[in-house]
Amino acid sequence: MNNDTLKNLLKNGAIWGFIVLELVFFEVAGSWWSLSDNAFMDLDNMLLLLKQSAPIGIIAIGMTVIMINGNIDLSVGAIFALSAIVMLDSMSWPFMEAMGDGAIPLAWLFALLTGCLLGFVNGMVVWKTGVDAFIVTLGAMLGYRGLVFMYNGENPTFHLNWTMVDIAEANVLGFETPALVFLAVVLVVWLLMTRSIHGRNAYAIGDNREAAVNAGIRVGPHFLINFVLIGFLSALSAVAFYSGSGSVNPNDGMLFELWAITAVVLGGTKLTGGRGSIIGTFGGVIAIQLLRKGLGHIGANSETVNLVIGSILIIVLLLDRQLNRKGAEELKV
Amino acid sequence: MTELTPALRLEGIVKTFPGVRALDGVSFTVLPGEVHALMGENGAGKSTLMKVLGGIYQPDEGKIFIAERETVMISPLEAKAKGVMFIHQELSLAQELSVAENIYLGELPRKSFGRVDWKTLFDRTDAILDKLKVGFNARTRVGDLSIANQQMVEIARALTVDAKAVIFDEPTASLTDAEKVVLFDVIADLKAQGVGIIYISHRMEEIFRMTDRISVLRDGSYRGTLETAKTNEDEITQMMIGRSLDLTRNFEHVQTGDVALRVEDLSCGHLFQNATFEVRQGEVLGFYGLVGAGRTEIAETLFGLRKPTSGRIFLKGKEVRISSPIEAISNGISLVPEDRKAQGLVLGMNCRDNITLPQVSDLRAGPFVAEGAEVAIYDQYRDRLAIKAPSWRAIAGNLSGGNQQKIVIGKWLSMQPEVLIVDEPTRGIDVGSKSEIHNLLRELAKQGYAVIVISSEMPEVLHVSDRIVAMYHGEITREFTAEEVTEDSLIQAISGISGDAA
Amino acid sequence: MAEAMVKSVGGVLARQGILVAFLVFMIGFTFWNPRFIDIDNVFGVIRSSAILGVMALGVTFVVIGGNLDLSVGSMLSFSAIVVLDLHENPAFGPALAIPAMFAMTLCLGALNGFLIGYLRLNSLIVTLGMLSAIHGLTLTYSGGQNMDIANQSATWFDVFGRGSALGIPVPVLIFALLAAFLGIVLAKTPFGRKVYAVGGNGTAATFSGIPRARVVFLTYIISAFCVATAGLIQASRTMGAQNTVGQGLELEVLAAVILGGASLLGGSGTIFKTVIGVLILGFIQNGLLLAGLEFYVQFVVTWVIIILAVWLDIATKRGKLWSPIA
Repeated sequence: MNNDTLKNLLKNGAIWGFIVLELVFFEVAGSWWSLSDNAFMDLDNMLLLLKQSAPIGIIAIGMTVIMINGNIDLSVGAIFALSAIVMLDSMSWPFMEAMGDGAIPLAWLFALLTGCLLGFVNGMVVWKTGVDAFIVTLGAMLGYRGLVFMYNGENPTFHLNWTMVDIAEANVLGFETPALVFLAVVLVVWLLMTRSIHGRNAYAIGDNREAAVNAGIRVGPHFLINFVLIGFLSALSAVAFYSGSGSVNPNDGMLFELWAITAVVLGGTKLTGGRGSIIGTFGGVIAIQLLRKGLGHIGANSETVNLVIGSILIIVLLLDRQLNRKGAEELKV
Repeated sequence: MTELTPALRLEGIVKTFPGVRALDGVSFTVLPGEVHALMGENGAGKSTLMKVLGGIYQPDEGKIFIAERETVMISPLEAKAKGVMFIHQELSLAQELSVAENIYLGELPRKSFGRVDWKTLFDRTDAILDKLKVGFNARTRVGDLSIANQQMVEIARALTVDAKAVIFDEPTASLTDAEKVVLFDVIADLKAQGVGIIYISHRMEEIFRMTDRISVLRDGSYRGTLETAKTNEDEITQMMIGRSLDLTRNFEHVQTGDVALRVEDLSCGHLFQNATFEVRQGEVLGFYGLVGAGRTEIAETLFGLRKPTSGRIFLKGKEVRISSPIEAISNGISLVPEDRKAQGLVLGMNCRDNITLPQVSDLRAGPFVAEGAEVAIYDQYRDRLAIKAPSWRAIAGNLSGGNQQKIVIGKWLSMQPEVLIVDEPTRGIDVGSKSEIHNLLRELAKQGYAVIVISSEMPEVLHVSDRIVAMYHGEITREFTAEEVTEDSLIQAISGISGDAA
Repeated sequence: MAEAMVKSVGGVLARQGILVAFLVFMIGFTFWNPRFIDIDNVFGVIRSSAILGVMALGVTFVVIGGNLDLSVGSMLSFSAIVVLDLHENPAFGPALAIPAMFAMTLCLGALNGFLIGYLRLNSLIVTLGMLSAIHGLTLTYSGGQNMDIANQSATWFDVFGRGSALGIPVPVLIFALLAAFLGIVLAKTPFGRKVYAVGGNGTAATFSGIPRARVVFLTYIISAFCVATAGLIQASRTMGAQNTVGQGLELEVLAAVILGGASLLGGSGTIFKTVIGVLILGFIQNGLLLAGLEFYVQFVVTWVIIILAVWLDIATKRGKLWSPIA
């Protein structure tokens, strides 16, 4: 029992231990070898880090919910891009232009609705056809990306509205808007997963789907809601990011799905469903971003980041397996 | 007693699956405040019947009455709403959630904005858990509980509703004696409240201790109901298997040959300890014991699937080390595993490919698989074992249980083993195929194979074995010859009662 | 009688649905535009599908064995960059660069195979990690620079991508020969049978004395070999490569394999069907281009086709169109 508690502590705390390790390492390495003049654990640096992790982070939070269900969503990158295009393009529609700055919230609304709609399509297909979510969203990843290109060909879409940029770069107590949105999403979804009936059902479905069905939980609509949620969050991520930048390329958001999944898995969510936490994913997102910044801080090539993150993902998996071993009596299959 | 409105009444329930008539007109009545045992061999239709009652299956014909009201139950949820609770044998809990969340799964108390009302949830749950006198509380994570305690969570679920009838499916299978006492108290409580209880168990001792009446199923049909106080084990057993046990006893003595396999002091952690036994060519050695007694684990160790912690294995007098199935096979050991679908067959493959799977590397014409030779092997074992399949192209998953089992046996016979281990040879197989497989096992011994049969069914072990090894809690407690074995002594040997009269 | 007819037609549709769809599509497009099956056009399509196709052959083994390989895209970038770099290295030259690149790529495949086969780690996460790690490795190797062959006229290296033999483009030849070879390996050899067994039911395969770990390991070696071959074609065709040349290909390859009818659960699929899957993607793209549509319209069409194909497949298996999910 004691051993189990230790294991659980290790499992749940691992990501935070890792973050502390990163902080200490980069701080010490940075100053000892005089690779950098600045301190690493600098407040501004940390605030910037939070802002930079927002786009992937917001999506990763949604991915956590989907993966706790035992599903996966590979189309988030394309949803991200399409929502961004809708937002920027809608600003130049005649009736929107006529509204001036009043069009901004409307543009956001259009983007978020786009995300919800695309998520809704995925959810309905998963529910009604019974095709595995991996395949459905793999198809949607291609299909939605096709829609992105069809919208504006291979050209970038832009629309710069200075009011929108100001809002995106607004600063509350040092937190810029994307960081605030990210933190708010973490808080709300955390409450959803830990306090609400929907959230608790999500764990039950991922853990033991048959038991959940037998207990009368309607799995189909539940999946649908979560796919709409991740669509919404992908669009929200686009809103937070592109309001400031004002320009979107049709290839933007590619591989976001893989980064998001990496963060979720690092945060301790099981691929098979039923286990995982929003806070863990938050940790996973921060850990990845720290690694990116930290390696830059000590002067390592930015290229090594991918190498290190990939290796860490595999090592985490190995450690997890070691922790879950049953010992010598195990059946060898 | 007859004045009472029955809690539950079944009338002519029929349920068929492709190729099988699983339930053939089952009718019986459970009175309020009665503990009603449902007995029958594995495959007799008990679990199908319970799934019909639990709303998981819909019957093809027949009616269900709850408190004399005709009821159609299209889902487990509806069954629950109508007051029929089903305590599963296989646990159906979400490991990551708390005890309370599991008990109220699907109907968590709700506050505004879809929030869970934790206080109500925990209070209600703790009230139920108090009744059950368990050592955990509402907030405990289910994954941290022992299997026995998880079983108690399942039971607690049944207490949350105003149940008319509660079905217990083998509830004591994983409970300790102390936990059983608690369970029996709970059942007595329910009974006192006037709930009708269906109690499924193979354990005669519990049946006689707990129940008021006993209904028996055989091959999917209802065989009658007995008053527990006015019957005995023999009568029940006869109803269950349809013939007298003694006639099926195996006394024919075959000429046994050399010792094919000898095992000395074999142990594997706490799974089993100091197993010592031998099998000769031309005999069937039966292993009998409760599930979890270590029988299957011994077989898996002999087949190289588990690493023994100590002990020695001799084949034809020569000591061997077996660390993988490949080595076991090359040493002439074959294992027909316990779980046909999960371990025995690649269900999506055709019959021929399944039969030749262990030797596919050896059946070659140049770099290719010699498909002609494969078909020849399939034909040979189809004829020898009377496998009924449309052709070798038939997908294994589409065959009946009996034919699937013959494919697995054929697979291992085609390896020409010295020692053939068969784990639960007839689990989930219809009666016709059952006796065919029993005869086959006897026949194989006659042909000089050394055969080990592991079974949970006493009639089966008694029928096919020349000698019987009894196991209890990982240890071999006694060894019997076919002549000396009696049911009583066998039951004592597998339940840890030291009947050291011998 | 008529009912039996309907049933058998239904059966053929269910089993060979994707082939039937392919033929219908081809015939339809040919009526619309006869240029569609013009021999040059057909070779053109196959040639442009060859890189995706060769990769899909290897991934077919992995998927039938019950696993995934998401690392093939970045592995392709790796092999293309490495072979180009070594080609420019005077110590190697083309004759040594190619085997050296194959050896290095196979090492990556071996690492995948070791982690997934022998250590039994989840293939989705391992190859996801490898996707990232190999991408990093490639960037580190190249220093972030694109690779180009400086003197393009002085080398025979372009033969794999641009050459032709017997009037057939070399990439098409490589794809066809490799498909034939691997198709025979999968369908006719003991090893192929074991791949199906391991993917169909790994536990039963172990209980039948099949070395599951080794079989899985070898599927990843085959996958890496195919990626190396595709990387060679890619590098030779463009005589230069970006670090990200294979980015995103892993999921397109998987789409082709699934379109061919391989189940992600493992144990089913064939090389022939994968080739059909690849060709469908290629001809759809080509047909849409001939119709004057942009290349990206194919993405949308592919999306619809994949979901319809898989849906049809599982609907016939369960005997119901709509899913039983409540």
